[in-house]
Amino acid sequence: MSAPASSPSPAIETRRLTKIYGSGNTEVTALRDVTFTLNRGEVVALLGPSGSGKSTLLGIVGLINAPTRGEVILDGTPVYRDSRVLVDVRRYRRERIGFVFQKSNLIPFLSARENVQVALEIAGVRGSAARRRAMELLETLGLADRAHHLPRALSGGQQQRIAIARALANRPSLMLADEPTAALDGERGRQVMQLFRDLGHQHGAGVLVVTHDHRALDVFDRVLEMEDGALRAQPEIAAPIAPH
Amino acid sequence: MNLALRDVRHNLGRFGLTAVGIGLLLMIVMGMGGIYQGIVEDATLLVDELDADLWLVQAETRGPFAEVSRLSPSLEDRALAVPGVENARRFATHTIQRTHRGRPMRMVIVGLAWPQDRGGWIPLIAGRPLAQGRFEFIADESLGIAVGEQLQLGRDVFTAVGITRHMVGTGGDGLAFFTVRDAQSIQFDLSPEAVRFERESRRARAHDLDLALTQPALLDRARQPASTLPAIAPPMVSAVLVDLAPGADGNVVRATFEGWPDVSTYTGDEQRSLLLEGPVDRARRQIGLFRALLVLISALVMALILYTLTLDKIHDIAMLKLIGARDRIILGLVLQEAFLLGAIGYVIAYFVGMQVYPFFPRRVIITGEMLAWLAAAVAVLCLAGSVLGIWKAMRVQPNEVLS
Repeated sequence: MSAPASSPSPAIETRRLTKIYGSGNTEVTALRDVTFTLNRGEVVALLGPSGSGKSTLLGIVGLINAPTRGEVILDGTPVYRDSRVLVDVRRYRRERIGFVFQKSNLIPFLSARENVQVALEIAGVRGSAARRRAMELLETLGLADRAHHLPRALSGGQQQRIAIARALANRPSLMLADEPTAALDGERGRQVMQLFRDLGHQHGAGVLVVTHDHRALDVFDRVLEMEDGALRAQPEIAAPIAPH
Repeated sequence: MNLALRDVRHNLGRFGLTAVGIGLLLMIVMGMGGIYQGIVEDATLLVDELDADLWLVQAETRGPFAEVSRLSPSLEDRALAVPGVENARRFATHTIQRTHRGRPMRMVIVGLAWPQDRGGWIPLIAGRPLAQGRFEFIADESLGIAVGEQLQLGRDVFTAVGITRHMVGTGGDGLAFFTVRDAQSIQFDLSPEAVRFERESRRARAHDLDLALTQPALLDRARQPASTLPAIAPPMVSAVLVDLAPGADGNVVRATFEGWPDVSTYTGDEQRSLLLEGPVDRARRQIGLFRALLVLISALVMALILYTLTLDKIHDIAMLKLIGARDRIILGLVLQEAFLLGAIGYVIAYFVGMQVYPFFPRRVIITGEMLAWLAAAVAVLCLAGSVLGIWKAMRVQPNEVLS
């Protein structure tokens, strides 16, 4: 499933994506003709003020919600055409997409290892293979010694790294992160952003990170900015916006 | 990885307390079933144990367990003369209430046809069957009487020679087995003063008759004990139990008895049915209805608990869905917890119940069939109780993680 970091193949493509909530007088257009491509191995930041449509876009490319119009192509496979769902989105979510949120959303009754392992077992990896892979990921993220701890016994940064390990468990082609550093202090936030960049490049996954944190933008290959439901024109490679 | 077990392990205290609550509720459901069964078995116990082929009772009555039935003891000899009858036994029963060790004691007196029936069929846990025709008895242990203990009933003193267990009447009162003669002497016991008054009143009534003027000996006879006066002697027995000879046609023998105008005839099964449809019917139906209500309440309580357990995990369920969990994983999580709760509750109900039921004033009989029925009912309750939780879990959207 993974591809080399240098691979130019798109992890996700959207074409003229539009999302409208409500109808008639209560109609709200959350996304307007959003078209973009995120390649495998590319790490992209998505900026924008509250209500600009970032989370709506993340929900659609994360195959959680269908658009009203437009097309979504994941790994070369059309997933949404207008509001029609063309594939088993739940299967695509478990096999090809990794999610990280502002809160780690770890399952409180599972240990650190089990939180990673559950994603593998849901995808059909069984028993010792799932345990081994979960431990490998925890080791990669420097959390092997916390493998048997419940989330409540871990710090916020450790929890977020467990969530990242879970997102990477099934070697996704697309990783989506919604404000993953909002609950962390500046230094830890930056470390997490660098982790996304390294993992994106290393695992060959396309990484889209919604963030308000301008201090760590230099770690991204590209920055997209949204305003009023539309993408603003962006340079291909973003220069650092804020010192770090 | 079993998510349900891990959730239970994580919330062990709360889950344990909930299981105990469910277990106690199920124990009451099980207990009500046991009480129901106890009433049925207690009601039919004597009929089953006496194991007579035919019951001869007072004409137009339903027998001694349903109403008063009085028959002449000579019926025993008449019955024995009928072809096809191997054995006939007098049987008497009535209930008395006395004070024993400062507490009220209700006792169902059962008269056995001495000497044919010495109570050898009664399962004893101590002592022996009756060995003499007077002043001995076998008591159920629920009466609190020990072997060798003496009890004054009327003017006579009776000695307990044997103790039996689980031998109670339709009302749950312990049985005490005497000879028929002792049973009648207890039933018709009168104080000396009452006996004297009765004899004098008999003599006064006889004195008013012209016949007494012409036959003065009648006045002397009127003063004698009632038992020596065939015309007014009290009926001696409640029923006569008939055992058929091997190979005898029960219908033919019964037809003979049905030709006698002073008796009604029932088979053992009919006597059993009369008991269940008569004296214990309302209690049976009341407990049955109460048990049905308890099952319904248990279903509601379990549904509420399982729904709450699911609500507590709703965010985790949304997260599982977001990372692509199939519906059967979510279903498994809810259902496995439901069945685990039901199973633990069932085990608690059984073990606590077995410790508690012996202290109930009436017998609580838990049969294997009843346990199997309850296990199936608990499984259905778990399934039905999970419906609400499953409905909620299935409705939750993965994007709820984002909120």
